[in-house]
Amino acid sequence: MIKGSFYILFFFFLGEMLSILLHNFVPGSVLGMILLFLALYFKLLNPENVRTTATTITKNMALFFIPAGVGLMVYVELLSQSFTAIVVAIAGSTILTIATVAIIQQRFENRRAKGGKADA
Amino acid sequence: MHNLIDTVRPYVSTELFLLMLVMGTFLLGVFIYKRTKITLLQPLLISILIIIPFLKFMDIEYQTFYNQTRILHFMLGPSVVALGYVLYEQMEHLKGNVTSIITAVFVGSLVGIISVVLLSRWLGADKVLMASLAPKSVTTPIAISLAEKSGGVPALAAAFVVICGIFGGLVGPVILRKIGIKSKIAKGLAMGSASHALGTARALEMGAVEGAISGLAIGIMGIMTALLIPFVELLF
Repeated sequence: MIKGSFYILFFFFLGEMLSILLHNFVPGSVLGMILLFLALYFKLLNPENVRTTATTITKNMALFFIPAGVGLMVYVELLSQSFTAIVVAIAGSTILTIATVAIIQQRFENRRAKGGKADA
Repeated sequence: MHNLIDTVRPYVSTELFLLMLVMGTFLLGVFIYKRTKITLLQPLLISILIIIPFLKFMDIEYQTFYNQTRILHFMLGPSVVALGYVLYEQMEHLKGNVTSIITAVFVGSLVGIISVVLLSRWLGADKVLMASLAPKSVTTPIAISLAEKSGGVPALAAAFVVICGIFGGLVGPVILRKIGIKSKIAKGLAMGSASHALGTARALEMGAVEGAISGLAIGIMGIMTALLIPFVELLF
């Protein structure tokens, strides 16, 4: 667990440093995720080292949203002023995004299953 | 009554108590969710709905709560990094899907930004609100910096990210079933693209493949949205 925590923090740190070099264009955590993946892919890191820690924290991700989620209490007034606009816009757009992404991906897979050629 | 609250407040606004409260309400949420199997009763939602009234009742400011539970907020970063391992475990599912994944998320990002901006403008939102809404589908740290760059309010953008995450986590699985999505990759990709880490938490409940692909989608969606927002802004 301690070894796993160290490696995850280590790749997070590398990601943060890289993010600064890229003028914060992509957040450090996302770059850290990519770097950790690459280190495992190129066998620079033994997956056993991070398995327990990584599976434990990803399984309980929703817990880490609570401090930010409670922050909604600060914006109650602003949110209630434009309530309809915010809710309709977020709900409509989220449904459209989910449907668009899922349909495109499934179409690609179906087409390939019918004998189209695969990419790398 | 007021005296009682004043007496208790110093003890319940401590790091120890508030962390215990967060863990406890979350566990209660998990218990209720598992027992009832009602989608709306997400542990996160249950926890928030208990904590907010509690803080109001005790007259504890949000900033105090946030400072005391910061360690949990910090864990968002490492949990995104840890998705790199989940992705590695599911690598075989990526083979042959690179082109489709990038295409799907690119179009999804464009549809997401344009639709939220158009819908909110049509319903009377101002520029500041629109700019805070535009990055709603990406993970909090990305959304904050994007909203800032385009003239939105960072804190508001963070709130919209959470609302979008809760909503997508709730209705995502229903929509995917309704439109007949069978592919595990398509399901995970859609959940992560639209609702970042909260969509991923739900995708992990569907299965390991869905969860891993959803985690990957958070990263790709973040990059795509960062690239697209400046262009979409030019249109309005």
